[in-house]
Amino acid sequence: MAYLQKSPWIIHYDASSCNGCDIEILACLTPMYDVERFGIINTGNPKHADIFVVTGSVNEQNKYVIKNIYDQMPDPKVVVAIGVCATSGGVFRECYNVSGGVDMVIPVDVYVPGCAARPESIIDGIVKALGILEEKRTAAVMGVSREQPVPAAATEKPAGGV
Amino acid sequence: MISFFPALIFVLLAPLIGGLLSGIDRKVTAHMQGRVGPSIFQPFYDVGKLFEKENAEVNGTQRFYVISYFIFAVFTGALFFAGGDLLLVVFALTLAEVFLVLGAYAAYSPYSHVGAERELLQVMAYEPIMILSAVGIYMVTGSFAVSEILKYPMLLVVLLPGIFLGFLYALTIKLRKSPFDISTSHHAHQEIVKGVTTEFSGPNLGLIEVTHWYELVFLLGFVFLFFAANWILGIIAVIIVFLLELFIDNTNARVKWQLAVKSTWAITLVVAIVNLVVLAYVVVV
Ligand code: SF4
Repeated sequence: MAYLQKSPWIIHYDASSCNGCDIEILACLTPMYDVERFGIINTGNPKHADIFVVTGSVNEQNKYVIKNIYDQMPDPKVVVAIGVCATSGGVFRECYNVSGGVDMVIPVDVYVPGCAARPESIIDGIVKALGILEEKRTAAVMGVSREQPVPAAATEKPAGGV
Repeated sequence: MISFFPALIFVLLAPLIGGLLSGIDRKVTAHMQGRVGPSIFQPFYDVGKLFEKENAEVNGTQRFYVISYFIFAVFTGALFFAGGDLLLVVFALTLAEVFLVLGAYAAYSPYSHVGAERELLQVMAYEPIMILSAVGIYMVTGSFAVSEILKYPMLLVVLLPGIFLGFLYALTIKLRKSPFDISTSHHAHQEIVKGVTTEFSGPNLGLIEVTHWYELVFLLGFVFLFFAANWILGIIAVIIVFLLELFIDNTNARVKWQLAVKSTWAITLVVAIVNLVVLAYVVVV
């Protein structure tokens, strides 16, 4: 049964967003958009979450944090990158401390474009992610490995003992 | 004296009723906040989802504690509905709670430890009034057995208004509603993540959720006991109490644990003890 699609719990992490995308994610929870209609809950706890929502570009300080949160989530799980910053680094791409998009550290399933991403497109991205989540679950049940390659940056040693 | 049929009905139907009630809870809460809210079957989807997830455990003992919590909570309710001893029911409920706390302590995590500490404080806060409820009911009916209490011809709430008020106050703690959702809460991410349940995931968390449903039905059954002489009034009272709890939940902010413990004890001391003293006096005279 596909209960997974009816009850997606998310965890939201702000990598180094300008806060624009974060505000739009929070807007999704307000009565205006009310994503709880679809059973979506912002859990704030990786161990309860199914969908990892990341905003902002990844920097050298927090890529291990992102990897850690991702590893703590039980399978099946999906990652949604919100906004151009999370997708590619966006306007901060050339900064000395920015590594790039979220896919430098963990495998990303859905990219939501926009600066800032609109609540409509965020919800759309989450709904897309639900399809992938279900695919991953059936793949796991059938015993098919759907291993995604872990990006090279994630296997490097932490700098400065983070 | 003990009848197995109602207990069996409880074991089979309580998850259905409890799950539906928490679905209604979420729907009503959403409406109070001007939202549409999820379907009333959402809690079932959530639990179904949790059982589909990977069974990630922090260590080998965690599952044992969760299962013990489940078994003793179900035992508590089953004993109550079978017409068993009210005192035993109250203590079995505490035992179930202790297993949940042990489960939270089993994980090496500050958030789950803080949640466990707060859960213990909550137990400390509501335990006196639970026991006094049993004592008060005994003083009126002359029996601890639920099956005998049900036969009492008068409305217990008329003779035990103080005890009932104190019980309602403690009910907010037991149902994990604001302002007393201090040990685990959907809205306390920055503070305690998810408190006692932080370290549970997948099927274990699902089982805890189901156990909460059993507890909910048992506690509403306890409310019914105060109105047992009149069935219809009893059912109306249970519905009103449930809606009242939702209203309190949505209109209050979370308090600190100090206030939770102090206020519960103060209410217990004032209304419940006065109630008992007056009752003892009336019985003597
Ligand atoms: S995509 Fe735009 S709004 Fe979003 S974090 Fe980056 S700069 Fe801010």
